[in-house]
Amino acid sequence: MKTDAADWPSDIFSVLCAREIKQVCHVPDAGHDQLIRLCSAQNDMSVTTLTTEEEGVGILAGAWLGGQRGVLLMQSSGVGNTINALALPAACRMPFLTIVTMRGEWGEGNPWQVPMGQGAPGALEAMGVMLFRVDRAEDITDTVNAAAGQAFNNMCSTAVLISQRLIGAKGFE
Amino acid sequence: MSAAPLHRRDVVRDILAPRKPELLVVGGLGSPSWDITATADNPRDFCLIGAMGLAVPVGLGLANAQPDNRILVITGDGDMLMGMGALATVANVHPRNLMIVVLDNERYGETGGQPTHTAGVTDLSAIATGAGIPTAATIRSQDELTVMIRNIHEGDGPAFYVVKIATEMPGTVLPSLDGAFAKDRFRMAVLGKA
Repeated sequence: MKTDAADWPSDIFSVLCAREIKQVCHVPDAGHDQLIRLCSAQNDMSVTTLTTEEEGVGILAGAWLGGQRGVLLMQSSGVGNTINALALPAACRMPFLTIVTMRGEWGEGNPWQVPMGQGAPGALEAMGVMLFRVDRAEDITDTVNAAAGQAFNNMCSTAVLISQRLIGAKGFE
Repeated sequence: MSAAPLHRRDVVRDILAPRKPELLVVGGLGSPSWDITATADNPRDFCLIGAMGLAVPVGLGLANAQPDNRILVITGDGDMLMGMGALATVANVHPRNLMIVVLDNERYGETGGQPTHTAGVTDLSAIATGAGIPTAATIRSQDELTVMIRNIHEGDGPAFYVVKIATEMPGTVLPSLDGAFAKDRFRMAVLGKA
């Protein structure tokens, strides 16, 4: 089910639907804007805006306790906010799936985004999260699907890192 | 008007005494989890022993997933102070089946009893009101507690109660420390499958 390569948010949305994701939590990112709109328009998905990303780790644990699958959408700066919270799915062997739009790595225009963008993969790996990186739009369906399968079939924490090269660099110019 | 101090184990026992099968409990880390476990080691309760600040978010995700059940979060002032933003999230999601009780001893009980900000000038129920939670109150007496307990079991959420309790450490009563077991046991009880 390939669509226009430029419409990768729709590809992610299709995978989330096929994987029966019912709860979508996010701190918004421009890179996730279209996906958030698609999820919000889907009647059987509950979309929750968070005040900080670690809330999403808790909400998704509660969702799993109640029999629902969820996903956390965030940008790489939010990864740092989730670190201790990631003990919850790890200690309880619950699935956890996040889709991270990367900043600070490809044509970044804001130096404040660089430290956490560069640190995000290592921080996630340090907490036992398996990483699935996407650099090309044509790989997004298979990659998100693999990460979701790894999370929900094997009770793992997984993160899809969407390259800033794919999203488009962001600056103040 | 001075009331006799409320004791945490008695408060939790009284809150859980009228529970029906549709009540699911999320316990915040530390003493609230010991209080819940001291009342009963019930498979429809899930107690956090880490991930400080997340008791309310876990309750919210569960409330979303289980709209036909009533979700009660019982946590402490330290856990609540760490995740106050979640009150704004709860208020905006507006789950009618979510009740939150903060057992407020104004202390970090597990780490030596250091005072929290509620020992100072901070008012958690005012923060909940400001976040937009329609029912929020601070409970200081047995009479107020009785009204609160009725609302927890019969009223509409979201509701938020701070129960001011005596500064005491009635002893550690641990649930299983194995989170995977606790999660599977809860899902078996609620969903019929791990």
